Amino acid sequence: MANALDPHAAIATTAGGVTDGALRTADGRPLVRALARSQSLARRRAFLLVLPLLAFILITFVVPIGQMLQRSFYNDGFSAHMPQLSQWFADNPRGTEPDEAAWTALATDLKASAEARTIGVVGTRINYDVPGTRSLFTSTGRQVRRGLEPPYQAALLDINEDWADPRLWSAMRDASSPVTGNFYLAAVDRKRGDDGSISQVEERQQVYVMLFMRTFWLSLVITFVTFVLGFPIAHLLATLPMRKSNLLMILVLLPFWTSLLVRTTSWMVLLQQQGVINDILVWLGVIGGGQRLQMIYNQTGTIIAMTHILLPFMILPLYSVMRTINPSYVRAARSLGATSWTAFRRVYFPQTLPGLGAGALLVFILAVGYYITPALVGGSSGQLISNMIAMHMTDTLNWSMAAALAALLLAAVLLLYWVYDRMVGIDNLKLG
Amino acid sequence: MKKTLALTTALGLIASPVLADVNLLSWGGAYGNSHLEAYAKPFEAETGIKVTMADADNPATPIKAMVEAGNVTTDVASVEYADAVRLCDEGLLETIDPSILVAAEDGTAAADDFIDGAVTECFVATDVYSMVLAFDDSKFADAKPTTPADFFDLEKFPGKRTMRKGAKFNLELALMADGVPAAEVYDVLATPEGVDRAFAKLDTIKNDVIWWEAGAQPPQLLADGEVTMAYAFNGRIFNAAQGEGKPFKIIWDGQIYEMEGWVVPKGAANKEDAMKFVAWTTSPKPQARAAEFISYGPPRKSAAALVGNVEGTDVPMGPNLPTTEANMTNALASNLDFWVDRDAELNERFNSWLAS
Repeated sequence: MANALDPHAAIATTAGGVTDGALRTADGRPLVRALARSQSLARRRAFLLVLPLLAFILITFVVPIGQMLQRSFYNDGFSAHMPQLSQWFADNPRGTEPDEAAWTALATDLKASAEARTIGVVGTRINYDVPGTRSLFTSTGRQVRRGLEPPYQAALLDINEDWADPRLWSAMRDASSPVTGNFYLAAVDRKRGDDGSISQVEERQQVYVMLFMRTFWLSLVITFVTFVLGFPIAHLLATLPMRKSNLLMILVLLPFWTSLLVRTTSWMVLLQQQGVINDILVWLGVIGGGQRLQMIYNQTGTIIAMTHILLPFMILPLYSVMRTINPSYVRAARSLGATSWTAFRRVYFPQTLPGLGAGALLVFILAVGYYITPALVGGSSGQLISNMIAMHMTDTLNWSMAAALAALLLAAVLLLYWVYDRMVGIDNLKLG
Repeated sequence: MKKTLALTTALGLIASPVLADVNLLSWGGAYGNSHLEAYAKPFEAETGIKVTMADADNPATPIKAMVEAGNVTTDVASVEYADAVRLCDEGLLETIDPSILVAAEDGTAAADDFIDGAVTECFVATDVYSMVLAFDDSKFADAKPTTPADFFDLEKFPGKRTMRKGAKFNLELALMADGVPAAEVYDVLATPEGVDRAFAKLDTIKNDVIWWEAGAQPPQLLADGEVTMAYAFNGRIFNAAQGEGKPFKIIWDGQIYEMEGWVVPKGAANKEDAMKFVAWTTSPKPQARAAEFISYGPPRKSAAALVGNVEGTDVPMGPNLPTTEANMTNALASNLDFWVDRDAELNERFNSWLAS
């Protein structure tokens, strides 16, 4: 047994091979474990410090988003309020003709649901899949509440013959399980047929895939334009003497601090057909009074206004990276015989990539989710997928559909982030 | 110590307000003001029942939250018709006994005095607003547009139009412009051919339409000269014309009207007083008084004659209300059931149509 007070003794013992050969502290505990313990104490203390932030993020960010995403595949509007019919669907495979047992279950559930005043919820859920059925449920519910005599099939068909519609029964079967992929199908312009097969919706109903494509395409264009406009400005900011560059910086930051709505409406004042720019062009005689340019309420308007609003997000990361680039590298390249273009292309530009990557990623991700600007200046050709999400949140109140669209958008952005990480590397990102 | 005590007492008072006899939830703004001046103040003066008003962006949202959480602090709320039906179907509202409603002054029963659909199981209407066509009078020197068909006539009445971005209202308007009488609009729209017909009519002006989303946009677009005609809410056009002196004129032919009114949330603490409030405020006189503050019409036929001048002016309000007899000749009541059923489907098609 080693003397606990004598460290040499401990080492000597270990060296002597009496124990398992691990280093030990003076009191005889293995060094690895003692170290881990003291480190875990420090870690725990550090964890306590970030705990408030963690709880904040969890409560205000992860939980709500998680709940929202859950809605995209979980909707118990039907199954929770129509238990007997849901059970019948579970017992009988797809393709079974509804028998009297099914009609009885339907009538019983309708009655219970009408009395509990949940029939609106049930009807709304089925209405997502078969438009025009919400009122079928609510009006039938009102009559069923007054009493219904068996046989129920005849009685319900007597109230409204739409109850025999196979599409309706197929939709009720789909809804009888709270977990469903139908909202995702609808979000990519697909639908499930009566027999469960998946097909495209009619051409005139197709809108989401096209809007997703347009959203990504416009975001790419906006990212590119902010790069073309922002790069020289950032360079100027980084190379000018401090006093001048500070003044210039304020010009970049001032619009950044101005309300988004103010900036958007200013663009409306400038760009509209009776607006400032058109007035000046007509006054200068560039265009005739009858040929005023349509620069807003279309894609052009969306691109111009969003580019302006997102420009600082490109300039600031670029600037912070350019500030740190040592000008002697370019001078060295020039002194070694490189033309100014070569020096820029091979020496300067590669060093700005971390800032460019950060700026591009920021602008792109913000643009993909932009809502208010396209809604105000986008007209019909400039609206994005976020406008559809807003419509489902506030107008149609189909939150499951909004959640499915949002989930797809989130997945697409995460995918792009992953591709970016693969190609450029996230470690290269420099936000400031 | 005394200070702390005083402070905590004060805080306690703020945290648990003394409940008034009727807690009213309204919208704020000019509309909320009409509720305060025409309903809350006179009701309090006459009955001695205290009314406390609060505002919400849309009172339907807090009602849902309150009832579901079992902590109902509102006794009466002003909501849109569509929300009233939804909330009622979901069991979040008390039913209102129609027998409490006050008869008209000439003795006509309340049920006959209210316009169609103004009283439902859980809802009593307080006012009617509508979507109307409007134009800039200074842009058309000779012939003035008078019908929905004129709105679609780009040759006779040149210039851009502005319409609400969405299927609702526009499809009905297109059918009326195509010659469908107001009474048959929803029957035609219920068929696939009818929907095709409406979209075909919208096609004819699609390239000349600026789509608005916020109610404030159409009067602004008219004022800027961006458009010559607008399809907008009547209150917004009236405010710009009356309040700011803009040369805007309203075409009442083909107006589509909707209602707003009172609901009582399920489990309201002062249900009895709330019902008294509902009955008193929906009697003809207060209804007529409210219409003097904002250009939304009273839903009772007998109230129309009682409406005086626009508050603070000597301009009669009557001709500016959607419910005035002369303005109702070819009016369409917005069919809520139709839109609750078909909203998503038709909006998807509308958006697809917009984008193509």
